[in-house]
Amino acid sequence: MLEKLYARDAYGQALVKLGKDNPNIVVLDADLSGSTRTALFAKEFPKRFFNFGVAEQNMMATAAGLASCGKIVFASTFAMFAVGRAWDQVRNSICSNNFDVKIVATHSGLTVGPDGSSHQAIEDIALMRAIPANMTIVVPCDAHETTQAIYTAVKTPGPMYIRLGRSKVTTIEGKGDFQIGKSCSLRQGRDITIIACGIMVEQALKASVELSKQGIEARVINMHTVRPLDNQAIIKAAEETKGIVVCEEHVINGGLGSAIDDVVLANKPIFMARVGIKERFGQSGEGDELMAEYGLTANDIIKACKQILDRY
Amino acid sequence: MMPPQDKIKQLEAKAKILRKSVIQMLSTAASGHPGGSLSSADIISALYFHVLRHDPKNPTWPERDRFHLSKGHACPIVYAALAESGYFPKQELTKLRKLGSLLQGHPDRRTPGIEVGSGSLGQGLSVGLGMALAAKIDKKDYRVYVLLGDGEVQEGNVWEAAMASAHYKCENLCAIVDHNGFQIDGKVNDIMNIEPLAEKWKAFGWNTISIDGHKMEEILKAFEQAAMVLDRPSVIIANTVKGKGVSFMEHVADFHGRAPNNDETKQALEELE
Repeated sequence: MLEKLYARDAYGQALVKLGKDNPNIVVLDADLSGSTRTALFAKEFPKRFFNFGVAEQNMMATAAGLASCGKIVFASTFAMFAVGRAWDQVRNSICSNNFDVKIVATHSGLTVGPDGSSHQAIEDIALMRAIPANMTIVVPCDAHETTQAIYTAVKTPGPMYIRLGRSKVTTIEGKGDFQIGKSCSLRQGRDITIIACGIMVEQALKASVELSKQGIEARVINMHTVRPLDNQAIIKAAEETKGIVVCEEHVINGGLGSAIDDVVLANKPIFMARVGIKERFGQSGEGDELMAEYGLTANDIIKACKQILDRY
Repeated sequence: MMPPQDKIKQLEAKAKILRKSVIQMLSTAASGHPGGSLSSADIISALYFHVLRHDPKNPTWPERDRFHLSKGHACPIVYAALAESGYFPKQELTKLRKLGSLLQGHPDRRTPGIEVGSGSLGQGLSVGLGMALAAKIDKKDYRVYVLLGDGEVQEGNVWEAAMASAHYKCENLCAIVDHNGFQIDGKVNDIMNIEPLAEKWKAFGWNTISIDGHKMEEILKAFEQAAMVLDRPSVIIANTVKGKGVSFMEHVADFHGRAPNNDETKQALEELE
């Protein structure tokens, strides 16, 4: 049985550990500290934690002010509110000033589940990618990668968006050390490449096992950093395999798939397919039901791989 | 304590220099916002040449007071004050709004003396709150000043920040509202009524001081009074005249965002002599 953990637990625990050694770390939340797990930090370091209530715009612009005085600021809430509600503050107060603000958003994607569409941020990566410069975007695939991403964030200057989900996630084996902008290859293969981020990495691996049984060897890449992208790994995959399937728990417009498309088109055009949400809002349901309804399962990935291979 | 008369005279003279500088700057740039720069000239003069603890030769001095211009479109008046203080050569003022310039159309951190960029309204009080909270964490005694426009307080973010600043008892934070009564589309209270303004701030838990924003003595007294309150943030509602000091710009919404032409520049500079 593979280990399943909450990425947000890993986040809260990492904050507490980092907070002990680094008095410059300040953590902010907007009335969701129990859910985002920043409450763990609040308990240990009450003087360096500020809850702003249901006021995300104020939280983000205040984060900028704190960072202007040398603080490393972690600001957390659900992805919908961090990114949607406060986009202008994130763009103008945080990113254009290139401040050390790390937005760690939880409850991203469809798998928020029963809360439904208003709470399912499925366009947050696109919104963060649209910011002209400075913003690093990381989508960890499990709790361990989350811990590493948080540790790395403290050592990396500038703004960062780290996207976490609500549900427990299976620990992915063999990832190696986390490095911003450097993807990790989880499985070798010469027939086709599957690139995924976040919870879709597990689905990609499942798909590759099934494909292998059918004689198709898929390369699986965990593209945890959406920006800056690991162009080298993408170009190599385009040169060495017959096509690339990109998988994300996000709309297909403007997310990881769009980012990879840009690299492939400019360097080595090849067949591409997307596994993602296509022109729809979310809805209530259990996480696994929604994944099936919106075409985000291992089976959907297998289908996409075969569609490409059928062209040859 | 009453500030000495010669100090007041000196700050009034500085305000005049800043106003002339704004007219020259905008005329050269051929675009920009004169109205809100002229209305806040006396406040800015008081801040940069008397109130603020700062060192123009060392803009990142950790102990400095922080000033943040939330109404970013009034940056020419701040650029004038920064140049007059010695943050950068006055020659830079001729490059306002030009490609590659140190002086962007709205505040930007590339300018020595600018703490945080601004321009998209409503965010600056939050930025100031962040600076004030940082001072508390670091147990530093610097104060934070944020200048807001009166049209700007129509932004909801301002009131989120007002609520939070009082909640966290940021006595080291002082907001100034340049209450000149005009915004781009016309009179503030015709476009979207903000009154009763002082009562709103009071209701949000702020020490609220209303003054004539062109009387130097009142301005200095207000800043002194603000610094004496130890349990909540202060706001100075400075009643001002948009375009103050140039007859044909006063109370004229059109000069919110239009630069003077050559004839207007000549007349404005004559009036400010």
